[in-house]
Amino acid sequence: MSSRNLFFLPKKNDWGESFAAARKLAPPLAASRLRELAGYDMDFVQTGQLDRALMKIADAARAAADAAPPVRLALLGSSTLTHLIPGIRVAAYRRGIWVDIYEGDYGLYRYELEQSGETSSQLAQFAPDVVLLAIDAHHAARGTPQEALADLSACWDFAARNLKCAVIQQTLLPVFPPLLGSNEHRQQTSPHYIVERTNQLLRGASALVNVPLLALDSFFQPEGLRAWHDAALWHRAKQEVHPAMTHLYGEHVARLLAAMRGRSFKALVLDLDNTLWGGVIGDDGLEGIVLGQGNAVGESYVAFQQYAKALAQRGIVLAVCSKNDLANALAPFTGHPEMVLRRDDIAVFTANWQDKPANLRAIAEQLNLGLDALVFADDNPFERELVRRELPMVAVPEMPEDPADFIWTIAAAGYFETTDVTEEDRARGAQYQANAAREAAKTTATDMPAYLRSLEMKLIWGPFDRVGLARIVQLINKTNQFNLTTRRYTEPEVERSMQQPAMLTLQLRLTDRFGDNGIISILIGEMNDDATHPTLVMDTWLMSCRVLGRQVEEATLNLLASQAGAMGARAIEGVYLPTKKNGMVREHYARLGFEKIEENADGSSRWRLPLDEFQPRPVVLETVAITEHAQAQGAR
Amino acid sequence: MAQTDPQQIYAQLTGIFHDLFDDDTIVLTPETTAADIEGWDSFNHINLIVATEAKFGIKFRTAELEGLHNVGHLVRLIQEKLAAKG
Repeated sequence: MSSRNLFFLPKKNDWGESFAAARKLAPPLAASRLRELAGYDMDFVQTGQLDRALMKIADAARAAADAAPPVRLALLGSSTLTHLIPGIRVAAYRRGIWVDIYEGDYGLYRYELEQSGETSSQLAQFAPDVVLLAIDAHHAARGTPQEALADLSACWDFAARNLKCAVIQQTLLPVFPPLLGSNEHRQQTSPHYIVERTNQLLRGASALVNVPLLALDSFFQPEGLRAWHDAALWHRAKQEVHPAMTHLYGEHVARLLAAMRGRSFKALVLDLDNTLWGGVIGDDGLEGIVLGQGNAVGESYVAFQQYAKALAQRGIVLAVCSKNDLANALAPFTGHPEMVLRRDDIAVFTANWQDKPANLRAIAEQLNLGLDALVFADDNPFERELVRRELPMVAVPEMPEDPADFIWTIAAAGYFETTDVTEEDRARGAQYQANAAREAAKTTATDMPAYLRSLEMKLIWGPFDRVGLARIVQLINKTNQFNLTTRRYTEPEVERSMQQPAMLTLQLRLTDRFGDNGIISILIGEMNDDATHPTLVMDTWLMSCRVLGRQVEEATLNLLASQAGAMGARAIEGVYLPTKKNGMVREHYARLGFEKIEENADGSSRWRLPLDEFQPRPVVLETVAITEHAQAQGAR
Repeated sequence: MAQTDPQQIYAQLTGIFHDLFDDDTIVLTPETTAADIEGWDSFNHINLIVATEAKFGIKFRTAELEGLHNVGHLVRLIQEKLAAKG
């Protein structure tokens, strides 16, 4: 019995043949036959097949689903949701219900709900019966539980006021590994705890306003529970914990006992190459290592660094032990914009060509810790074996091949279990809570300027560079909505643009007090050849929709105007080229005060902004050149 | 080992392609790429990988998937994983 399938439904051995035959029938007959087939056990591939077959005969299927009126469902969230749609549609069809689904734009749930009072709102035009707020834990756990609740309850209000529809609120999936262990609730800044606490708050608040929850956080528990508890064994032997799990049960008890005796680990010693970033810094250089957005592997390393940083914030000492030249090893810590760990997060930084056991001894000495307080994380099996042989008291986790699994390996081992949160941790937690309360009071749904100010946003800008190249090319080729011209360029083409003196290239990074949003906007402009009317003509202006409504466009215009002026331009010219997906920026230049100078039958338009009397737009963002930002980081 | 026989892997993979892309006429060759198959976009690529992992009882690494360029490459990866499983 695979718990991934719908084991509670009957099985049909010739499901595939029956399905193939059903698809060939006339639509009304096919619809009723498919409804029958929806009643059997199936996996996600079969569900997708069934859904596509239904959508091909949607009218007939809608008529066959006669148990209840059709449901208009808006699926909104802050992560990919497309893959959830077939499962919803098929499961409803199994129950004789047809569901029309509106999928919100990626990451725009709050914006779409805020705007849903406008007649131009696509969400309002869809007129949902139900909004499903499928919020992901990564998004929700950026701030405090109170902030997450304030954001979501504002969304419920928008839906009630603007759309007059029901809301289903999804609870957060506990995707974050613990930082402490059994007593995680004593570290208020732990993402694991924030998710748990947010779910508790949601349970209280949603009941008051009659918003039903989709308890995603409890769905996975029966599967886990079946491993831990077998009802048959309970009846036969009154064993609550399954015998096959007692070795793990013992592990958790022993971790607590060890912690109470002061025998838990105090320091995490990290290798660098292929542990904190992908590749070898000495060979690949700053631009060649894999780290950061634009690449799934690079994001895995960022996540691992974030986990290490969170451990440091709760008092675990970080050290580095790397076979490298010191200057090479330090370079990413001072010069790579995607590094989460900075030099001053590392208590002892060892990079040389001596063997690692010798270095670990020196690190323990400098930290005034026993070797039995060190955990050593290294991707290289040779180094791990050597350390295990020479220094058996050092804990050496078996690091998995995929960096995406690094965090869970360290977390599952429970090295840093503690029952005792330090005064300092507690003070930090209290401070955090006080801030949260202040912010929550300030952050009402209507007081957007105050909210924006409280975000402490910084727009960090620079010309294109090789370190950012992968992300720049990715944005140029993936951004569909907030993209004025949708011109796609290859990596070599983008590289060439970096060398043209008449070209202005800008990459913009947005940080706020929740953290770094990464590169979120790309601009390319070119000076015309006209000496009497020197003009910067915008080739590309695109932005990630995640940062809409945060004054990034206005701040970017201010920056663009000053840069264009510095290149000798007296005006900026913008172009809008319509596509199926970029309707949201049709009036982009109008909103920024450009004058329309041309409009064509195909919907494209040209816009002009004279710079002589340009007044910078008032914005709450601080705009910082990447060079100044790097200096500030280095000085930290 | 019979399990890592490329012909068998191609046969099982073909079944997954037929189901995922609703097309029983798909014939896979080592040179087949996403451009050759209608509907093989980034969304269905993830479904393809998840279905393949489930079918063969294996798990791909993120870095291995980033470099995937055709069906022949995917089959070689499956072979390696099955051989490592023993």
